[in-house]
Amino acid sequence: MSAVVDRIKNLLGPEMAGPGLAFLAVMLVFGIASPQFLSAATFGSVAFQLPELGLLTLAMLLPILTGGLNLAITFTANIAGLTLAWVLQANGGVDAGLGAFLLGSVLAILVGAVSGVVMGLVIAFTRAHPILVSLSMMIFLRGLGEFLTRGGDVSGFPAFLGPLGHGSFLGLPIPLIAFIVCVLAWHVLLSRTKLGFNTYMIGSNLEATRYSGINTRKVIVLVYALSGAMCAIAGIIMLARFNSVRIGHGESYLLITVLACFLGGVNPFGGFGRVIPVFVALVVLQLLSSGLNLIGANQHLATAVWGLLLAGVMVLRFVATKFKISFVRKET
Amino acid sequence: MRFSARIPLQLNVIYGHRHMHQLATAGGGERPLLSLRDINMTFGGVRALKNVSFDVRPGEVHCLAGENGCGKSTLIKIITGVYRPADGASIEFDGETYSHMSPVTAQDRGIQVIWQDLALFPEMSVAENIAFQTVLGRWPKLVDYGRMRQIAKDALARLGVTLDVDLPLKEYAIAQRQIVAIARALVGEAKLVFMDEPTASLTQSETDHLLDIVRGLSASGVAVVFVSHRLAEVLEISSRITVLRDGALVGVYPAASMTQSRITELMTGKTFDQQVRAKSRDGQPAVLDVKGLSRPGQFEDISLTVRRGETLGITGLLGSGRTELALTLFGMLKPASGSISIEGKPIRFSSNRDAIEAGVAYLSEDRLSLGLIQPQPIADNLVISSLDKVLSGGLLSEERKRSLVGRWIADLGVKIGLQQDAISTLSGGNQQRVAIAKWLATDPKLLILDAPTVGVDVGARAGIFDIVARLAESGLAIILISDEVPEVYFNADRVLHMAQGRIVGSYDPRTSSLGDIEGAVYA
Amino acid sequence: MPSFVRTHATEVSLLGVIIAICAVLSVTTANFFSLGNAFDLLNISSVNIIFAVGLLVVLIAGGIDISFAVAASVVQYGTAIALGWIGGGGWVSGLLIAGSIGVLLGAVNAFLIHRFRVISIVATISTFNIYFGLLMFFTKGVSIYDLPDWLTDRVVLFEREMPDGTWIEITLPVLVMAICVIATWVLITRTTTGRQLYAFGDNPEGARRFGINIGAMQFIAFGWLGLMAGIGGLIQAHYAQEVVPNALYGRELDVLAAVVLGGARLGGGKGSVLGCVLGVLLISITQNGLNLMGVSPFAFKMIIGAIILVAITLSNTSIERLLPFLTQKGTGR
Repeated sequence: MSAVVDRIKNLLGPEMAGPGLAFLAVMLVFGIASPQFLSAATFGSVAFQLPELGLLTLAMLLPILTGGLNLAITFTANIAGLTLAWVLQANGGVDAGLGAFLLGSVLAILVGAVSGVVMGLVIAFTRAHPILVSLSMMIFLRGLGEFLTRGGDVSGFPAFLGPLGHGSFLGLPIPLIAFIVCVLAWHVLLSRTKLGFNTYMIGSNLEATRYSGINTRKVIVLVYALSGAMCAIAGIIMLARFNSVRIGHGESYLLITVLACFLGGVNPFGGFGRVIPVFVALVVLQLLSSGLNLIGANQHLATAVWGLLLAGVMVLRFVATKFKISFVRKET
Repeated sequence: MRFSARIPLQLNVIYGHRHMHQLATAGGGERPLLSLRDINMTFGGVRALKNVSFDVRPGEVHCLAGENGCGKSTLIKIITGVYRPADGASIEFDGETYSHMSPVTAQDRGIQVIWQDLALFPEMSVAENIAFQTVLGRWPKLVDYGRMRQIAKDALARLGVTLDVDLPLKEYAIAQRQIVAIARALVGEAKLVFMDEPTASLTQSETDHLLDIVRGLSASGVAVVFVSHRLAEVLEISSRITVLRDGALVGVYPAASMTQSRITELMTGKTFDQQVRAKSRDGQPAVLDVKGLSRPGQFEDISLTVRRGETLGITGLLGSGRTELALTLFGMLKPASGSISIEGKPIRFSSNRDAIEAGVAYLSEDRLSLGLIQPQPIADNLVISSLDKVLSGGLLSEERKRSLVGRWIADLGVKIGLQQDAISTLSGGNQQRVAIAKWLATDPKLLILDAPTVGVDVGARAGIFDIVARLAESGLAIILISDEVPEVYFNADRVLHMAQGRIVGSYDPRTSSLGDIEGAVYA
Repeated sequence: MPSFVRTHATEVSLLGVIIAICAVLSVTTANFFSLGNAFDLLNISSVNIIFAVGLLVVLIAGGIDISFAVAASVVQYGTAIALGWIGGGGWVSGLLIAGSIGVLLGAVNAFLIHRFRVISIVATISTFNIYFGLLMFFTKGVSIYDLPDWLTDRVVLFEREMPDGTWIEITLPVLVMAICVIATWVLITRTTTGRQLYAFGDNPEGARRFGINIGAMQFIAFGWLGLMAGIGGLIQAHYAQEVVPNALYGRELDVLAAVVLGGARLGGGKGSVLGCVLGVLLISITQNGLNLMGVSPFAFKMIIGAIILVAITLSNTSIERLLPFLTQKGTGR
């Protein structure tokens, strides 16, 4: 029995405490405040809103684990979305077939990965700060997108894309299924593959990792490439959800993804952080905004509460460490 | 050939520690500049210092010796006011008595510390670094750069050094930074200067210059407390030595009556009886064969052979090119000319991955920042270079990792709590064992150990060398690099002496004496 | 002079790039090389420069701040409301109120960072969301057009027609910007507090051992940025003649890019006011030049992003690392 507990503990890790407690608190507070909170409707709305932010957060997670950041995620997602949109338009727009969609999706993921590769190469070979590299990539991609679309919307997609954004399969929204598949993929990637292992090591100490015989440049380039590819998946889902692409879509998600990672216990300097606690943190954020909606507040108040939640969790973490230290001191 | 540290324990036998201590303080015939009594300090239930007393006379060079964790740095932090000792302590400095110090009081009264990490500001100018105290103070004032420059120039002049005081400090190498740190201490009208491991990263000539400066300070009436693990320097420079062990005072001894091995005994509480382990391995096949290897400016025309089961010692001072040579053999630097063969096959490495593949392993001299990934778990540090061994169906297997790590931990006798604990929670000696295990897990043919005892307690070093000897017996070829000549002398089959990038001497410990080699290296 | 080049390499190379761009632009476009255009540029850049010198102080002290631009929006609203209460006010009371609210918002960051040891990027991302979320919530996203006249009237302090027919004007934003730049320069290079900020950013542990008050450093750095954000916010409202709650949203990253382009280092201890101003100007000049050359406004940002990416790549790469074949025979690593 205790072995099972240990395994679960090991799976969740110490990062789970913050988001886990926040989850319980949110359930408790809104469960009491609003009788409709614990209902299928709440979870339905969470299930539909979670994937976009969630996929972008997964894209943000990998670079943060290496001690970097990818500020270009939202624009990478939309540039990838635009790629798909043009492929669809070139193949008949509303009448485009499934083949065009698949081709467009592959190209979109490729475009996302290429934007990641460029950042990865610059970061790996010049050792420039990832914040700056991805920031300039962000400014570039935003400009590129505005230039190509003249700041407008691109729309007119085949009807079969609708279910990808709004449909359900076995009672679960299709975007949610896509997101959960990606979460599991990221979980396996980070906990069971050499690339994941090396990502953590690089996050803690790049030089020591290189001295251990790891091709650190390759790892960094791959990390940003995967981050870009994940942005592209988010871009495709966003295209299907909004039935249009616009370079500014989801712009406000950028800093929320960073917030979700930190809330999920990811170390801001890299090296530590797991997928599952970040997933729970995302669920908490969405529950918060749905709960606030129920009691009559809007998304903006939810944004503020998200900020308060992050600050609160960080303060609690500090207090908990202090308490632990003084407790240990008294013990001995 | 036996080397035994058996200087008669006469002082201890005759006086005992307590008497010895009184003798040393009273015998000076003058009032101590600094006098500590009844210093106790507790961290989280652990007593870091137990009833320690400590005296420094005006103008003397006094050495504070002890293993890592013996309480040296805690004591320095109490004297400089970083920590507050338990009640009942008395600190007497320059005629005044305090129950504890504060950093401001300590600096005001003339106590300065040169920390091991120097605590300098690399982006700021040399002048600002030296005259930094002119910008201190709670309320903003205008900065007087002219005065700052003058103060800096005067301080440097006192040390007989000229540096461009307007350049940012980062433009200068570590030896000059050390001098800047000393100059800064002088600006504070220092009466007492602490130097924490000041020579750790200096070459021999730089060390000599530094020791001259210390003598100069002493002659001008500034007392210097010198903390160094390099016992040769300690004996050369100091007049008295205070030894701490496990937070308690062992005794105070005049340097003239001490030897290196005697200090080691006092520091560890053990006697060391070292024996030359060298054997001939001539019949064995060569594992590594290097011919005419050069990297201009770092090393020239290096040729050497290491055989199966052989331990080749390479000694030489910092800057002799030994680490660059090791990194070249490990594929991290590219040779300009020459050849490397492993088991008879010529090999060109394009990265250290090729070298590991070919059976070369390299234990870095800098365990803290290059050898191990300090915040990460013990297990992950151990398997990082041999991940392929813990794969199962293409994915990392927690089971396989645990059993592989468990096996190595048991094999090398590493004392750990959990495999998931951060490696930084281990002692230096245990960390080094994990680092060795990490490389053994790659099934190397040649293991290069670069300064394997840096940051490892004297008492734990023997354990590391026992492992090295066992590995050699099992057929591993080993290159042992160290700037501590006795280490290579006692533990290697052959000793090469490197200086200015060349091999300048080759010794067989069975036919040469330790003194011969030390004489050549430290000449 | 040679030692200035050596110690201010970033500033010198930025200046070189700016001169090169100006040379190209003055040949290719008719209107670029005129004093009138130069003063226009200063007018346009004032707000960003004010923000930039504030952010510089935080970067020097080893922090980062994501929240200052939305804090400036909060300041605009707060000041507009407070001016309504006191019945109009004027420039002095306006700047005082804006500055105080800004300092207060900056102090919140410093408090989180110092008291609870929250890392600055985490702390400011949470305050970014708090400030912006609350601002949008309480204002419901509604802009204020009904500002006091003194605030929306253009204040021209000096104007003269040049022989070539263009007008040079020094407007209030330029004056305020100049004061902010000089004040920041005095703070960080001429006062002991400023040098302590540098030292703290360069080597926090070393600074602590000297007994530098770490808490004070955080409050001064974030307070100064708050002050600049407040002043910049008010000037932006004056310049735009309206208060739009999300007008400055996203500005933080553009300013950050400009400041780092100017040689400040993420991680602290490095950066100069001159470099910072040049960084902002480089971006404005490029934008202005592209505009005059008739390039589509939609392409501006793309080109600027590419320029920053190249600049960062180059400034982190020495030539021999880019062109390894040149030094293969030498001793380079």
